[in-house]
Amino acid sequence: MSTHKITTQKVNFKVFRFNADEDYLPYYEDYNMEVTSEEVVLDILNRIKWDLDGSFSYRRSCRHGICGACAIKVNGRSTLACKERMNDMIELFGHELTIEPLSIKRAVKDLIIDKGDFWAKHDAIHPYLISDVQEHPEHEHLVSPEEADELLESDLCIQCGACHYACPVVEINEDFFGPAAFAKAYRFEADVRDDAHTQRLHKLHEEKQGLWDCVKCFECAEACPKDVNPIDKITKLHQMLFREGVATSNVATRHAVGFKNSIAKNGVLDEGGLVLYSEGLGIVKHVPVALRMFAKGKIVPPWGITKSENLDEIQKLVKSSSTSKF
Amino acid sequence: MKKLKYALFTGCTAKQSTPEQYMSTFAVADKLGIELIELTEASCCGASHLQDYDDFLSLVLNARNIAYAEKHGLTMVTICNTCQLNSAMTKHRLDKDAKLKEKVNVKLREVGLEYKGTSNVIHFLYAIIDDIGLDKIKEMVITPLSQFNIAPFYGCHNIRPSELQNESHKKAENPYNPTSLDDLIIACGGNNVDYVQKNKCCGFHVELQAPKTAAVLAGNAIAGAMDANADWMVTPCPLCHLKLDTQTHHASEAIGREVALPVLHMQQMLGLALGCSSEQLGLKHHLEKVNFV
Repeated sequence: MSTHKITTQKVNFKVFRFNADEDYLPYYEDYNMEVTSEEVVLDILNRIKWDLDGSFSYRRSCRHGICGACAIKVNGRSTLACKERMNDMIELFGHELTIEPLSIKRAVKDLIIDKGDFWAKHDAIHPYLISDVQEHPEHEHLVSPEEADELLESDLCIQCGACHYACPVVEINEDFFGPAAFAKAYRFEADVRDDAHTQRLHKLHEEKQGLWDCVKCFECAEACPKDVNPIDKITKLHQMLFREGVATSNVATRHAVGFKNSIAKNGVLDEGGLVLYSEGLGIVKHVPVALRMFAKGKIVPPWGITKSENLDEIQKLVKSSSTSKF
Repeated sequence: MKKLKYALFTGCTAKQSTPEQYMSTFAVADKLGIELIELTEASCCGASHLQDYDDFLSLVLNARNIAYAEKHGLTMVTICNTCQLNSAMTKHRLDKDAKLKEKVNVKLREVGLEYKGTSNVIHFLYAIIDDIGLDKIKEMVITPLSQFNIAPFYGCHNIRPSELQNESHKKAENPYNPTSLDDLIIACGGNNVDYVQKNKCCGFHVELQAPKTAAVLAGNAIAGAMDANADWMVTPCPLCHLKLDTQTHHASEAIGREVALPVLHMQQMLGLALGCSSEQLGLKHHLEKVNFV
């Protein structure tokens, strides 16, 4: 029988401490601990509470990566504490680890945050099946395996908030729904039994909180402990807006479509042309910067653009391969 | 040693709003003994926006670009993070899904092309680290940048999603603790500056649709570098460059603090260390003056 050897390493943990009822400012407590190769991050939190400071507070429940309660940040990285192995964290960040709540500005007590905004946005997209269900149907509502596949990974979400609080837009724009809510919206948009399809899409298309504010940073895809890949679902929702005819002409939709127009014309992008097409009259606000860029040789006029060679090929492909209309 | 040769996908920006990036790429390649075959047939990659409108068209066009690199039998090198994302993502999806690949190839055959999956797609930064090596680059440095504190700005699409990282180059970068650009700064003799925003988003992609969000992100990035005592920033992505170099006015307004730093392309930094002239590197094309050379 082979034996697995347990090794230990010394790690210094800087742990975020704050009690909203008593403290004016948060502070960091240092804990020097021996960490074994068997442990996950949650084991460390437990040991701090049980052995070192009983007042230390954090959320935990299932310990099996399914309840989503114990999401925190380690060195700025969203982490499900019960799933993340300490050895991996040490390999990635070294022997100084900073333990913080998912969102510092929402901290209530130590690692516990007020997740109210997460739930409000989750609720706002109507995260349930909306359907006229017959009380006594003649047979089951059949969903084919192919149709079920369309949900992709969106059904795996455990609502831990890791992606939501890793999203830079959520931090800046309080109205933005955020990656978790969008992924959840996709889960129902992709469900063939759902009847609220276009109604929900209209809500997602709204300015301010809508889909088009995603900065495409992929932080959500990295943060998700269940591989839901929210940005992929956001992309799919973008495509749905066009496919279902919900997309109206605005700066964001014209910006996406503008790439196709430009490619069809030049192969390459006409940068100035894209901004003009996207903004319309709104172009005026870009004039001051554009003039400065022009003076530095950073703007090529439409007639100066070097088109792609074999442009006829590209034009043929744009014709034969287009699958979307606007 | 056999001369290194790559198929270069310049992307659109290098030919329009960042001419200095185009010039410095060739200047640096010359110093490093790399031959670049420019893919002049390539189209725009769609810049992470085209697929929001038409995913299949985006796949076909990106596959066509890669097919031209394959025709040369060369690795495709990109010099823009977002070009890298779109090209590598296309390759990733087609290589693991034979049905989708065939669907794309049906279209490509209409114009006499085929996507095979034989060419690697890699950003220039990682190509030189993998194929030349940081030690060798260090040996070639003529003017060490030792008097400068340099803030690396990685740009999202070179480090995320990490699944693409694992495919394109030897030492996969961890998006939470990237090191390649820091390593290159050190190889050039410079002092790499650490700050929170170095692996964060610059906001470029929502500049038109969400200008406030974009400006705050850019402002935070520059402020982070300034607070870490950086003399200038360096990035492998021309889109990050544009956001950080040309939008300082909006960025300052958005975060309520004057922020501005020269932002060099990674090729320009390397070129300075390798002894290229400021003309060769196009340093006069910056809005935030590069006044230290």
